[in-house]
Amino acid sequence: MMDFSTPPYLLNNASVQRVMLQVLAALLPGVAAYVWIFGPIILVQLALATATALAAEAAMLKLREKPLAMFLSDGSAIVTAWLIALTFPPLSPWWLVVTGTLFAIVIAKHLYGGLGQNPFNPAMVAFAVCIVSFPALMSQWPSVGLQVSFADQARVVFGMMPRLDAISGATPLDTLKTALKLEEGTVSVTQLLADQTVYGFFAGRGWEWVTGGYLLGGIFLLWRGIISWHAPLSFIAGLTLLSGALWVWHPAQFANPFFHLFSGGAMLGAWFIVTDPVSGCTTMKGKLIFGFVAGALAYLIRVFGGYPDGVAFAVLLMNICVPLIDHYTQPAIFGMKDKS
Amino acid sequence: MLSLFKFKGGVKPQTNKTQSVSEPIAVAPLPSRLFVPLHQSIGGTPQPLVQAGDRVLKGQLIGAADGWISSAVHAPTSGTVRAIAEHIAAHPSGLTTLSVEIEPDGKDEWIERTPIDYAKLPPERVRELLREAGVVGLGGAVFPTHGKLTASKTVPMDELVINGAECEPFITCDDVLMRERAEEVIRGVGIFRDLLQPKRVLIGIEDNKPEAVAALQTAVAKLNEKFEVIAVPTRYPAGGAKQLIRVLTGKEVPSSKRSTDLGVQCFNVATAYTAWRAVTHGEPVISRIVTLTGNVERPRNWEALIGTPLSEFVALGQPKADTNGYLMGGPMMGFEMPAMDAPLVKATNCIIAGSPTLFPPKAPEMPCIRCGECAKVCPHELQPFEMYWFSRAHNFGKTQEYHIFDCIECGCCSFVCPSRIPLVQYFRFAKSEIWAREKEKNAADQAKARFEWKTEREEREKAEKAEKLARAAAAQAAKKAAEAAAAAAAPAADSDATPAPATATAAGVAAQAPLPAATESATTTDAPVDADAAKKAAIAAAMERARAQRAAIQPKNTENLTLLQQKDIAAVDAVRQQAGIEPAPAAEAEEPKS
Repeated sequence: MMDFSTPPYLLNNASVQRVMLQVLAALLPGVAAYVWIFGPIILVQLALATATALAAEAAMLKLREKPLAMFLSDGSAIVTAWLIALTFPPLSPWWLVVTGTLFAIVIAKHLYGGLGQNPFNPAMVAFAVCIVSFPALMSQWPSVGLQVSFADQARVVFGMMPRLDAISGATPLDTLKTALKLEEGTVSVTQLLADQTVYGFFAGRGWEWVTGGYLLGGIFLLWRGIISWHAPLSFIAGLTLLSGALWVWHPAQFANPFFHLFSGGAMLGAWFIVTDPVSGCTTMKGKLIFGFVAGALAYLIRVFGGYPDGVAFAVLLMNICVPLIDHYTQPAIFGMKDKS
Repeated sequence: MLSLFKFKGGVKPQTNKTQSVSEPIAVAPLPSRLFVPLHQSIGGTPQPLVQAGDRVLKGQLIGAADGWISSAVHAPTSGTVRAIAEHIAAHPSGLTTLSVEIEPDGKDEWIERTPIDYAKLPPERVRELLREAGVVGLGGAVFPTHGKLTASKTVPMDELVINGAECEPFITCDDVLMRERAEEVIRGVGIFRDLLQPKRVLIGIEDNKPEAVAALQTAVAKLNEKFEVIAVPTRYPAGGAKQLIRVLTGKEVPSSKRSTDLGVQCFNVATAYTAWRAVTHGEPVISRIVTLTGNVERPRNWEALIGTPLSEFVALGQPKADTNGYLMGGPMMGFEMPAMDAPLVKATNCIIAGSPTLFPPKAPEMPCIRCGECAKVCPHELQPFEMYWFSRAHNFGKTQEYHIFDCIECGCCSFVCPSRIPLVQYFRFAKSEIWAREKEKNAADQAKARFEWKTEREEREKAEKAEKLARAAAAQAAKKAAEAAAAAAAPAADSDATPAPATATAAGVAAQAPLPAATESATTTDAPVDADAAKKAAIAAAMERARAQRAAIQPKNTENLTLLQQKDIAAVDAVRQQAGIEPAPAAEAEEPKS
């Protein structure tokens, strides 16, 4: 049917691989901050996830009789792997990130048709599956400031050393929620956030730098034209408006928007998750709706829900709505904008 | 200074135009053979007016326009017609088209040319003149120009847009034409202006052609015209008629409307030039300026005769050794010429010699990742990835919901697609499938109508037959009944006529049915009815009933038939009678065995 020597004969130099490589490059500032704050163990998790993703991808491609080299080199599996590794606790046992990655690649990606066909963001599927299946392990984050050698971190990850409560705890986001619940009415958010050993300058000690790194990466993607501003900015707007409204209404009970933007998965979600073209909306209006509602949902789930963070569930919920949103936000075409 | 508008989307490929503008236009030498296709414009195919062996003069009409939207074809030089035969067309399909093969005699002898002062002619005559001179849109669409020179009756003509944008990479034929023959271009625009009477005349040229802009501005000033020559931002496809209209006037012409409905019309600069030559010099369109560029030693523009075989034309530029094909048109919307003997036609604005370095083989197609780059660059603001998805799935209804017929196939989407999907190709496929299906559906609708018409006619005939038969049977039954009554007078009961079950049933039916004929015969005879007679009476009655029923159903659609249709029916009926395939009367099988 198709003749490939057809016009246009002139093409620019875009490729899926170039897109994916730039996404990986954009993750580097965040990864660098991560290593600096939590130690190089995250690199082990990244490597584990990458190896698992490539192996799973290769096996699935082989099963589906698809060209191996072309798809393995497209970089999409590595992007998924990195996003999983960065959303999982760095000291979680090695098999946790492997399980999550396998689930993402085999089920969320390939069983739905592979590259470009998955209705759900594979990394978020991995996160959701693991936090539901292994809630305790998925909530144990390394305490910032406690210096643990890389060797000991590695021993923990590979199960050669028992997990120490001393070296791990909840995220600042989770800690705040628990504190508010335990000491209901007796303590205000402002008092809690004043504890710089946990909350750093404004959003969690150390975490501020990592999420700031993601923000930097996001700006890079925006500058490169890999993503459009619609989804990330509306995600930030949704999160900010809702958290801001509640904060203004009851500052003792609700943390300020700044805290919410720079803690948990908000920044990673805004720049690397809601911008996923495959599982997100495609129209500009649709991207705005998708981002805004996802941001608001993420806030509602992380503040009022039972999970430490809400970004993954918010994104998955919005993934379901994508066909509907796209359908109702089709833009008017050239020459047909005048309704009369 | 006019404020410009923007069109959305578009791309900026490398323009590659400088190579072919360093030298002025040269007249291409006479080729050894010319293959002039008769069908070179949108619309009707001209019929050949010459025969093999005829001597033709340069500019002689060899194919007259067929219908209003059609354009004449002329002999590009003097010589002998060698054949009128199918010859490979300048078309990617590699199909042939009826062409006039001319062997030039080298004299290049013109027909008698009569310069005309068009201002003294009525507008209709000027339009006819352009049609007879084979003037068509030389921007590539080859729509007969005279067909676009009638203003809308209801919408005042606001703007006449003249397209000198030339947005496709590599092509420079309009650029050099504007530089070198600016005055004649402007005079041609004057003809269009006089025919359409627009309020403003806007000439749009991409700002990468400052020499052309300057030349036209000088010519406009010299000729004391009020045309505005405007440099528009260089961005492909700014030279698309709809895009240029948008940029210069802010108007967006939808696919469902003609531009004149919005009070605007658009012509290419080369079209204006040929219109001027045709009207005031009597020179029909027999040559055009063609850019020969790409992988050649001497890229430049040639004034080449229509019908020049590709092989002879490209030799002028000395193609390099690694040339692996020739494109006609630009690299964005052009196509690969199917053969070296395919001719240059009126639509040929550029020939690009290709090479693996110039046009590297495309990367394999990957799945769409819905990145939306295609939608971002689509000048018609479509959602190409959605149209691609549904084209692939053969869901052509959905492709139309996504406005596939608004796609101008400019190729911007394919240009940027990171998955290297040949999107335009998918859209062409979907469009041709939709056209094919519509054609099929129309044919099926016609067949259905024909069938229904036939069935109705047959039914009508059947009804008429049955009625005739019933009448005859009734008469016979009456006669039989009378005979039976006579026989009943003699008490000789027919003892050997043992009633067969069938006869009994028939009698039973006769007894049950309140049939006027039967009752009548029974009452009037007042005697034991002969079984046979009863049966016959029953049949006659049944026929009568059927006739009554059928009489209630009037054949439809046979009243207001045209004379032609009636003649058709008569002819068909005659044939049927001859063939002896009259429909068997319904009651025939039950005819009594006497």
